[in-house]
Amino acid sequence: MKDLNATFERFGGVMLLPVILAIIAFVLIGRPATWITLTAAGLAMGMMIFLMASGLSLIFGLMDVLNFSHSAFVTAGAFVGATVLGWLTLWIAGSNPVLNIVGLLMAIAVAAVVGGLIGWFFERVIIKPVYGDHLRQILITVGGLIVAEELILMIWGGAPLPVPRPEVLTGSFIIGEVSIEVYRVFAFGLGALVYLGLYLVLDRTRVGLLIRAGVENREMVEALGFRIDRLFIGVFMAGSALAAMGGAMWAGYQGLITASLGAEMMILVFIVVIIGGLGSIRGSLLGAVLVGLMANYVGFLSPKVALLSNMILMMAILLWRPWGLLPAVKR
Amino acid sequence: MSGMILRLDDVHTDIAQYHILHGVHLDVPEGGVHVILGRNGAGKTTTLRTIMGLWRARKGAVIFKHHDITRMHVSDIARLGVAFVPENMGVFGGLTVAENMRLATRDGSFDTARLDRVQTLFPPLKTFWDKQAHALSGGQKQMLAIARAIIERRELILIDEPTKGLAPAIIRDMIVAFREIAAETTVLLVEQNFRFAGALGQTVAVIDDGRMVHHGQMAELVESQKLQDRYLGLSMAAAE
Amino acid sequence: MSLAVEQTGAPRQLPMGRLLVYGTVGLIALALLFAPFLFPDVRSQEVAARICVFIVLAASFDLLIGYTGIVSFAHTMFFGLGAYGTAIALKQFGASFTSIALGGGAGVLAALVLAALIGLLSLRVKAIFFAMVTLAAASVMLVLASQLSEFTGGEDGLTYSIPRLFSPATELIADAEGKAVKLFGVALNGKIALYYFVFSSSLALFAVMLRIVASPLGRVLKAIRENEMRAEAIGYRVVGYRTAVFCIAAVIAALAGILRAVWLKYTGPEVALSFDIMIDILLIVVIGGMGTMWGAVIGVVLMTLASYYLKDLMALGAEATASIPLLPDLLNPDRWLLWLGVGFILLVYFFPSGLVGTLMDRDARAGK
Ligand SMILES: Nc1ncnc2c1ncn2[C@@H]1O[C@H](COP(=O)(O)OP(=O)(O)OP(=O)(O)O)[C@@H](O)[C@H]1O
Ligand SMILES: [Mg+2]
Repeated sequence: MKDLNATFERFGGVMLLPVILAIIAFVLIGRPATWITLTAAGLAMGMMIFLMASGLSLIFGLMDVLNFSHSAFVTAGAFVGATVLGWLTLWIAGSNPVLNIVGLLMAIAVAAVVGGLIGWFFERVIIKPVYGDHLRQILITVGGLIVAEELILMIWGGAPLPVPRPEVLTGSFIIGEVSIEVYRVFAFGLGALVYLGLYLVLDRTRVGLLIRAGVENREMVEALGFRIDRLFIGVFMAGSALAAMGGAMWAGYQGLITASLGAEMMILVFIVVIIGGLGSIRGSLLGAVLVGLMANYVGFLSPKVALLSNMILMMAILLWRPWGLLPAVKR
Repeated sequence: MSGMILRLDDVHTDIAQYHILHGVHLDVPEGGVHVILGRNGAGKTTTLRTIMGLWRARKGAVIFKHHDITRMHVSDIARLGVAFVPENMGVFGGLTVAENMRLATRDGSFDTARLDRVQTLFPPLKTFWDKQAHALSGGQKQMLAIARAIIERRELILIDEPTKGLAPAIIRDMIVAFREIAAETTVLLVEQNFRFAGALGQTVAVIDDGRMVHHGQMAELVESQKLQDRYLGLSMAAAE
Repeated sequence: MSLAVEQTGAPRQLPMGRLLVYGTVGLIALALLFAPFLFPDVRSQEVAARICVFIVLAASFDLLIGYTGIVSFAHTMFFGLGAYGTAIALKQFGASFTSIALGGGAGVLAALVLAALIGLLSLRVKAIFFAMVTLAAASVMLVLASQLSEFTGGEDGLTYSIPRLFSPATELIADAEGKAVKLFGVALNGKIALYYFVFSSSLALFAVMLRIVASPLGRVLKAIRENEMRAEAIGYRVVGYRTAVFCIAAVIAALAGILRAVWLKYTGPEVALSFDIMIDILLIVVIGGMGTMWGAVIGVVLMTLASYYLKDLMALGAEATASIPLLPDLLNPDRWLLWLGVGFILLVYFFPSGLVGTLMDRDARAGK
């Protein structure tokens, strides 16, 4: 057992889990082409969930705030993105691929900006007065969630909203028997870029250093002479922007969205954050990829238990590592 | 208050609904090592945290040099030149030794000569410079925590039980290190290890149940068995 | 502490807040006790029965959030387990008390096992973790219920009949003509029996909870809530106690679920499992006041009134402001949750101890 553990750690430790999962799925599915399609779908889904989860995780890690309104930011992002895409129909539906992509990127960017602004408002008005009081924090963010969801319903109505997809991103790449949707490749690429950006900011800049230190021990960062509350607002806005961005991308992927989009995704987001370890970006990525793959593999093998499988995954990981796979705080 | 760098005047601190400090008086002269002794739970840590602004004094005043820091924000107190080495060391385990040290500088860059001196004082920090701090041993973490406090000159260093769980050999090294630190700054040291405290301290204050029960010169306390029996009691004897 | 204050301060000043709370609770209890005779129409009886069950449900949630300081979003899951257990048994094995006992018992048992599992797995980590884990668990249960439609009826839910004793066609006391005897103009039929079954069961469960919070266990919980570390240091196994309370609350919620299922003769996601119910309970407990059983009682009644009258009020407002932009949208009766949400946030800011808590605190302060 000990040997096994050591080997496991040497070959990448928990980072191996998605690979192990993919191998098991390969055996169970048995058809390589299907497996590749599902794996691509899982990775793309994982990346979009990662966007939503990373913000939540970072906000929690740094400020010790679990923001239950987060799902409303995702929904808001989806609807803002869809609305902007609607305005830009001429660009999106046209045959100029550059305009296609620019239009989509603009929609995502507007969603992110709106998300950031909502985040700013939330942090200042709703959450700031109750820092440090977990119970009231949970209650107040649930209250915020109710209000935000109602406002979204008021603005966009309860009917499902179709989301136009840019012309270049429709259809699939077909290589032999394998077919991979273009949008998924795009989503994966954009998610990977965001991860890279987050990684560089956190790892290479002084602000990033302060954030990582603050996640571990806020008090000590202050005792070293830094005002951490000034960081809070920035991180909160960034986290909300990421959520909205994830929502906008998810909207483009789904093609038809309803006001319950955020709430539906939130289950997976919570599972990701719990699996990955609160406060860790790498953990969020790992958790998101695991959840995305699991959802797609099991969704193919036995659709009914797809969500349940992720729940079981979460329970198993909690049993194995109560703090998640890659917790930010090393104990 | 000539010659005093820090003064606590009738400080009362509550933690949640508990009244912990009941009017603490303390004068810390400028320069040298000054020690607070006391039983477990006497309020030593609480006193240091109150000075640092991590707990708020409900009543009384904390004066640092000529600033009233009683109601100041932690980070502002730190910027005035107060460094804090907490009981649990406050090392950032997920950051490397280098990053831990870098955070302790005001602008992110090191004075190389000074860094050299600190690394000579605590050689393991040089060896493990790029290693994640959670992988350091307890003693090495303690060294890192102290190194952070002295990587730039601070006026006053608050240190909470630096010898907790350290081997005697390392404690001897620590004494050497502290002598060097105290040559340029003031150290307020909370200790249980009387041998360590006695070797370093100039003045000593004894706290019990949230009140200062004795002030005096350390030499006096080291000499007098009677004073030791009276103020330090059994718990200190056991620690010897 | 507060006890001492009461005793010394009470003689001087009438504890108005307390009187108000107890008076209101007394009135509510009387109204519920005589509901079939006071409000004989069908809809009022529905409301009265719902209030009974929700008082139990909200109070059991308060055991967690108010008395123990743990936030769970899985409370409707346990409620649903009780309801679905009963419903499935009634559907499969026919309308008998045995079915209720077996199905409800199975539901309660499932709730207990699940609660113990979730509690032991995640209560040892961090309170906030627990909120997430329970939310995830509840979501999965919701999806399961809609997917296992062979058993649960999916989104449509299950309709079934209940034991004959509870049918409106059953005469409890028949007169000479074989018709149900009337009391104050109300026929003493099976429906009445059903109402009093729900009422008395709810009352019993509520009494049990009152007993629990006054017991030594309640005092331990209070110690834990006030200072977890200190409680741990004194030697209380905090995780054990928390898990125990979580299990107790789950069982009571499941029992409430049985009552709901029997009363409604219908069980579906909307009435037994959805997050709307969870939000309802949360609002009830916070509005009424966390950490006091009476808060749950008053909260339920207030929420029920609000859900009927707030909508009417808003409709009026929307009409009156029809010419002004935006306002009619904000006042649209469909948006009543919006205002409840805003009120909820304000309440958590300014009156974190809720209505009952605030009233009672005022006495304590006045007594000083
Ligand atoms: N977070 C807290 N909540 C409640 N009480 C606390 C808290 N922290 C400390 N106390 C109490 O305050 C008193 C003083 O604690 P403090 O940590 O200052 O003692 P100390 O002298 O540093 O002891 P030690 O030698 O064990 O470190 C103790 O009785 C302790 O129980
Ligand atoms: Mg201490």
